[in-house]
This record gives sequence, C-alpha cells and structure tokens, in this order.
Amino acid sequence: MSQKTSAPLSRRQFITGAAAAVASVTVAPGVFLMRPAEAGTAEGVRWGLLIDSNRCGDCNACVTACHEENGVRGMDRPRTDAQWIRKVELRDPETGYSHSLPVMCQHCEHPPCEDVCPTGASFRRADGIVLVNKHTCIGCRYCMMACPYKARSFIHETLTDQAAHAPRGKGTVESCTLCVHRIDRGERTTACVEACHEQGNGAMIFGDLNDPDSAISRELAEHGGTAIRADLGLNPGVRYQGI
Amino acid sequence: MTAKPQLRALEGRSGGYYGLLGILVVAIGLGLLAAVLKSTHGHHITGMDNQIVWGLPHVFAIFLIVAASGALNVASIASVFGRTIYKPLAPLSGLLAVALLAGGLAILVLDLGRPDRLVVAMTHYNFKSIFAWNIFLYTGFMAIVLVYLWFLMERRMNGYAPAAGMLAFVWRLILTTGTGAIFGFLVAREAYDAAILAPLFIAMSFAFGLAVFLLITLAAYRWSERPLGDLILHRLKNLLGIFVAAVLYFVAVYHLTNLYATRLHGVEAFLLLGGGVYPLLFWVGQIVLGSLLPLALLFHPVWSRSRKVIATASALVILGGLAQLYVIIIGGQAYPMDMFPGLEVSSSFHDGVVAPYTPTLVEFLLGIGGVGLALFLVVVAIRFLHFLPVSLADHKVDPHHATRADTGTASAGT
Repeated sequence: MSQKTSAPLSRRQFITGAAAAVASVTVAPGVFLMRPAEAGTAEGVRWGLLIDSNRCGDCNACVTACHEENGVRGMDRPRTDAQWIRKVELRDPETGYSHSLPVMCQHCEHPPCEDVCPTGASFRRADGIVLVNKHTCIGCRYCMMACPYKARSFIHETLTDQAAHAPRGKGTVESCTLCVHRIDRGERTTACVEACHEQGNGAMIFGDLNDPDSAISRELAEHGGTAIRADLGLNPGVRYQGI
Repeated sequence: MTAKPQLRALEGRSGGYYGLLGILVVAIGLGLLAAVLKSTHGHHITGMDNQIVWGLPHVFAIFLIVAASGALNVASIASVFGRTIYKPLAPLSGLLAVALLAGGLAILVLDLGRPDRLVVAMTHYNFKSIFAWNIFLYTGFMAIVLVYLWFLMERRMNGYAPAAGMLAFVWRLILTTGTGAIFGFLVAREAYDAAILAPLFIAMSFAFGLAVFLLITLAAYRWSERPLGDLILHRLKNLLGIFVAAVLYFVAVYHLTNLYATRLHGVEAFLLLGGGVYPLLFWVGQIVLGSLLPLALLFHPVWSRSRKVIATASALVILGGLAQLYVIIIGGQAYPMDMFPGLEVSSSFHDGVVAPYTPTLVEFLLGIGGVGLALFLVVVAIRFLHFLPVSLADHKVDPHHATRADTGTASAGT
C-alpha cells in the first residue's frame, strides 16, 4: 500500500497536479479575500463595538494601537494623513461638561458609503464588517462625501512599508476594518479594544451583537447604548454609552 | 415653412483659426500635465484633503456636464417644440452638448484616485449608486445625441430627427436630475440632502448651456464673418434671461426652506453670512454679477440690442455659474458635519471646524484642460463638418420676418 502511494508520479499526473496547484494558489487568495474565513465568522454573527465614553480617558492608546497594527503612518501632513480612528473631544456649552470618545468606521447595517459606491468596492460582509475592496476602488471619494461619521481617509501619496494584512494603495479610500485580519484568524478582539484594556480603562468591548450571551450584548441589555446620528437609521455596529 | 438651412464647414485657414486651435491644444496639454503630476505624486499636491474631498476640478467638471445638457436646448426647441427658426442651429447645439460633456467627463476621470481603473468603473456596477447610474446617463446621452446629429445632418434620416430629439430631450432632463441627485442624495451633509437640488440643476443647465451656446455662436459668426441676424439672437437672449430667473427662483426656495428649519440655521449662516469666501461668492459672484446684472443687461430696452452686451451677459452667467458650483460643492463640504448636535466638537481629524481650502495650480490646470478639450472638439468639428449655417440673417431664418418686422414683433413673445 505504502509502496503504491510513494510510487513516482507519471508525467500526466505530475502535470495535472502542478496545474491544480498553480490554479489553487492563483485563485485561492481571491476567493478567501472576499469570503470570511471559516475560523472568522459563523453564520448569523454581527461584530460590533461598545464604547463607554465615561470610562474613556485622556489617552490616545486606541488610536496608537490601531495605526500601529494596520501600518497607518502619517507623513506629517495633518490635512491629508489617514486616520482610521480618532479621539473626539466633546463639550456641552450649556453645562461645560466635557468628555471624549474614539470615532472610527461605525460599520453600519445600511452603510451610505456602500450605497453610493459606483463600483461596489465599498461593501458589507455578512458578519457586519464594512470594508473597501482595494482592487475595485477607483478613488472617486463619493463614499467620503456620503459617510456621516467622517470615518474614511483617502490615500494622498505613495506609501511604503505597509502591513501585509492591511494593503493600502495611493489613490484609494480606506477606513477601520474592525481588525478583520484578526477576526478571520479566529481572534476575538481588535487592536483598539486590546489597547484600551491594557491601559486599564476598559472603555471598549468587542463582540457579537447578535449573540444575547456575548459581553457586548449583555452590557447593552443592562445599561443601554446609543448610536451616533441614530436619526439617520443606519443601525451602526458601533454603540456608545455616555454621549 | 423655412428654406432648407444651408450648413457649411468653416474655411479654417486663417491665422486666427490656427491660433485658437494652438491655444486650445496648449490648454489640453496643461490639463494632461496636471493629470500626470497628480497621478505621480498623489492628491497631496492639490488643495483637496480628507475634509474637502472634491475641489476645483469638480467645479469645472460639473459646470461642463451641467452646461452640456443645457447646450442641447436650442436643438430641443427646434425638434421637440417645433420652433423652426432654431432648426439651422440644432446641429451646433448637439455638437456643443457632446463636446462639453466630453470635457467634463475627462476632468472627472483624470481626477479619480485611480484613473487607470476606468475599465473597472465600466465593468463593475452598483445600481444603488447614483454615480453608477450617471455613467450610463452620460454615455447614453453622448450616444443619443450623436445619433440625433446624424439624423439631423443626413438628408435620408431627417424624418427620424424629431423622435431622436424627443429622446435626447427626455434623457437630458433625467441626466441633469442625476447630476443634482449626486448632492441631493447625500443624507449626511446639511448643505445637501435636498430634492430641490435636482430641479435647481436642471434650471442651472438651461442657463449655463444657453450662455455657452450664445457665446460660441456670437464668436463663430463674428470670426467667420457670416451673417447673424438679430431675430434669433434676441429670442435666445430673452430665453437666457428667463432661465437665469428660474435659477434664482430655485435658489431662493432652497435657502428659504433651509432657513425655516432651526437645525439648518448654522449652515445657512455659514453660506450666506459668516463663511468668508462662500457668502462673498454667493452674493457678489452668483447673485449680483451672475444673475441680477445679466438680467438687467438682457432685458434693458436699449443696452440689450448690443451684441457686446449680450456676450457680456452670457459671460457673466458662466462666471456666476462657476461661483454657484464652488459654493455648492466646496462650501457644502467646508461646513463641519453635525455629528453631535448641541455639543462643541474637536479632534485631530478637524472635527467641528470649518475646513479650509485653497485650490492649487494643478487643479486649475486640470479644469482648464477639460474646457480646452470641449472647445477643441467644437472648433475642429465646425472646421471639418457642416455644422454652421452659412447665414443666420433674419430673412434666412424666418422668411416672413420682413413682413412681420413691420408690425414690431421681431423679438420673441417670451
């Protein structure tokens, strides 16, 4: 038996096998890029974040961690540098009460960016993550006009030294991916959430909004949460407390 | 009724003709240079950024696209509404529509982050996007107008021209609705998200397109020394006045509606009073110089008889139109989005503050390149094809003119 299987391959077998190998190497990345990997997402999942602005401190840990993780480096040009996540300071002029919170792509259920994108490059995965297909984005920036959260950045110049899991190309639009590369590896946290925990703030929770037993769902059920610009009816996957 | 209009290509051998052609080729070259610079270095060499994502190139592009559909007015009046006196000018009208659209689209495409992916835009469609719809509306418009031109200019096909003219007319109304909807459908921004932007853009297209048409006609007839009578000219200038007034009407309704809603007082105060360059462009550029002054010039009983005055008024309408689009496109983005109503907002990503924008030479050259391309196509086409009527003298366009002029009804009854 073992002798049989280890017998040298016939020329036909070799050519067929080689062709199949080449085909799978060529096609597989495309297939898996567009489809959440099995490890990443079970059916019916909706990934989301809950951010408690009362616990959000003065630090910038989530921003630094995100940009470190995804290779988002500035060119010291604040107006054109990309920001996947930013800390927004809020102040109530009536009472003087101030607080801050991080804002990133809100991963809407009905994303305006996806609606307006002419080529369908802006898309929403079955698990709720809104992404830009870097192969079909033509750089028209209509999604940036449409996004109510100013969550997207356009790449204004040539970039080098990118992270392998977060390709970024000049002339295309990008935004927070909810660390999709981690999720597809089976991890269950994002760089920003991890950094917030390490910092001791614990202001951010990542999880499955559709699973009533997940930490994020339990917290939302117990203490509630709101969406930024809830009036638009976009049902974002990022929720806030204390706005 | 009227004699068959005689159309003939220009001589096009004068120094002036070649000089004009040379200037337009330089303009196209500068536009291409700007496009190459932009794709080599990226958009950071422009004034656009992550706050003002559409800038001066889009002002030029949208002006040309809007004017393109309006340039078809004269042909539509002839073919759809049966006014035979406009018939001789219908081919020029169609030509201008195609050329202006080509110029506008060239700017839009060259301003893309990835102009090399045009083929992606042509093969991947998201039909919920008004942008995707516009790709069909623009290319369809071009195809329909080209067929319409063929029907107009090929004797055997003349019988089909009215049907093609009707299709082109309906299509251009949908097209300009689509262009207005690019902004009208943006729910997130205070200055947009308004259905009235669609009819406003249609009125703008009527006015801008006719202004461009008048200027080109005046220039072509003056430089080629062909006769151009007052009859057709005065009807067109009256029509231009009505279109300018229609734009004013829609602008007034847009702002009055916004002013009624307290939540929009901030953006209105920005655009109309405190927003620096935008109120200046609105009141001085669009309203006074681009609307009220042309109206006075076009309807003044004495001044409006002068061709220089009509040309000046048309040029002012064009400048006013550019000012209006600058305010709509850039002013609308400069005003910060109200993500947290009632709260003061600040961040390193320029939340809560008015976005500054200074257009750069690169953007200006790209815009000029598009204008150059549009005019180049017109200048070349009228040199090699029979677009221009040999004569637009009053008795040629309307044989009954001599008898009617006696009763003093030379100008249109508009």
